[in-house]
Amino acid sequence: MEKISVKVCLGTTCFVMGSANLQELIDIVPAKYGDKVDVSGVPCLGLCSTDWEFSKAPYVKVDNDIIKEATVEKVLSAINAKLESK
Amino acid sequence: MAINTPKQTSHLKREILVRLIKAYLSENFGENTRKIPYDMRPKGSEVPFRCCIHKERAILRDRAIAGLGLSIEEADDSELLSTLAEKAENRTEPEKNPLTVLQTACQGCVPSRIFVTDLCQGCVARPCESTCRFGAIKVENGKSVIDPSKCKNCGMCAQVCPYQAIARIIVPCENACPVGAITKDEDGLARIDFEKCISCGKCVNACPFGAVHEKSQIIDILKEIKNGKKLVAMVAPAIFGQLPCSPKQLKQAILSLGFSDVVEVAEGADITTKNEAAEFVERMEAGQEFMTTSCCAGYNELVEKHIPEIKPFRSETKTPAYYTSEMIKKEQPEALTVFFSPCVAKRREALQNPNIDYVLNYEELGAWFIALNVQVDACGESEFRKESSAQARNFAVIGGVAAAVNSLLDDDKKAKAYVVDGLNKQSIRDLKKFAKDGKCDLGNLIEVMACPGGCLGGSSTVNAYKPALKQLTAYVNESPEIKEVVKK
Repeated sequence: MEKISVKVCLGTTCFVMGSANLQELIDIVPAKYGDKVDVSGVPCLGLCSTDWEFSKAPYVKVDNDIIKEATVEKVLSAINAKLESK
Repeated sequence: MAINTPKQTSHLKREILVRLIKAYLSENFGENTRKIPYDMRPKGSEVPFRCCIHKERAILRDRAIAGLGLSIEEADDSELLSTLAEKAENRTEPEKNPLTVLQTACQGCVPSRIFVTDLCQGCVARPCESTCRFGAIKVENGKSVIDPSKCKNCGMCAQVCPYQAIARIIVPCENACPVGAITKDEDGLARIDFEKCISCGKCVNACPFGAVHEKSQIIDILKEIKNGKKLVAMVAPAIFGQLPCSPKQLKQAILSLGFSDVVEVAEGADITTKNEAAEFVERMEAGQEFMTTSCCAGYNELVEKHIPEIKPFRSETKTPAYYTSEMIKKEQPEALTVFFSPCVAKRREALQNPNIDYVLNYEELGAWFIALNVQVDACGESEFRKESSAQARNFAVIGGVAAAVNSLLDDDKKAKAYVVDGLNKQSIRDLKKFAKDGKCDLGNLIEVMACPGGCLGGSSTVNAYKPALKQLTAYVNESPEIKEVVKK
């Protein structure tokens, strides 16, 4: 089975708007899902650069899906949904 | 409660700051400020928090007033944000009291009281009745009822109820305030009594509606830069745990905002450490039982307003911000200084120190980077003018100040440190007792930090505590020992 990829944007905008608090995902996810999910903090994904889109930061990418205004809960439920559909 | 828990209210406050900065830097500050609530909640948009779009906008307007550095309570409802923006731009100095309350948000809170829930079984034992010393609780029609005219909110009945059927309803800001400075008045609105307030920022963190705001000085600072003034950034060590980049990149990023230089407040912390270590030895030799540190602005406010009797025990040594700003003003009298702060309390210290012109907190700094699209981890590196010690840079971590002082003391004169990890009602009672008794059995050097975890736990920080600590510690570990930096 292909691994699910989770990228937590740690660009400046996302970081200030809340991804600072998503860094715990980098610990939680491997503990919860083992090697089914790859999680990492990544440099700016460029999603905030369209006009006012900073207000929807922080962004997290789960495979190719973009999660806006991401929270730990939103990301975990996106992972769960992916795992169930596989 | 965990330190720095994530909050939707922080997101809102930061978004407004970004929009205010963008508005200021635009062609039309007033008009673009007026439009902020409409840009954030355009026609037909979702209404995430309030009853309707109009209330959402009204509340965003009030939050923008705090961002402009004005008092929300004093602003007239009929005043346009554009008028208020003009007012902010024209003021010559920041306002005195650093906090302001968005009172329309207070209606979400019921007054604090003891409340009997439906879980009450009207039992036979009735320990609530027999425990109450005020005769305020009686079983009527098979259920306990509290007489509010007699109840003193002591909570004894709640403690003894075998069903846990009695709840203490709290007002989070009141409950968090360690000095009883914020209260929900009879009209249902929260007010801060600035005669009592120590600017610790606990209410800012505690309010679930994000109703307590810092009055920002961002417009004042932007104006000085626009007018071509020379501004020196003084960055306290907590900042190096805040943003995803190296300290040298952060310096470059701050320079790109228009500052002429960035100086580590750790330079001043090295002086504080040296003076405080000497003072500690002197006091112990003179027979004093204990000494407290003096670098936390929240603690210093507490001493002034609530525990003056502890003054003889508090170190006379000045804060790192004091020494740093003094140095800069001596070297560059024409420069204006901006202290980059993790907390509210430093705003009070700055108001009392003519060498500190402005305060910028980490949320405001982050918002500024967003507004100017500065990617901190893509910035080049810029060296600090002086290498500060590991101990000085560790001032921001709980226990760091006492450890720094101890590192300069000879083995036979080492202090026994006792750390007050955050001011609350209990730790304030402890401090009062030490002052009254003239001694402290727990140690002879008492480090007091208003925020749990130290400055990294400040209410205006951006990063979560754990990663912030990890990042700052890495910087501390690559810094020189204090004995190499400070010559005796």
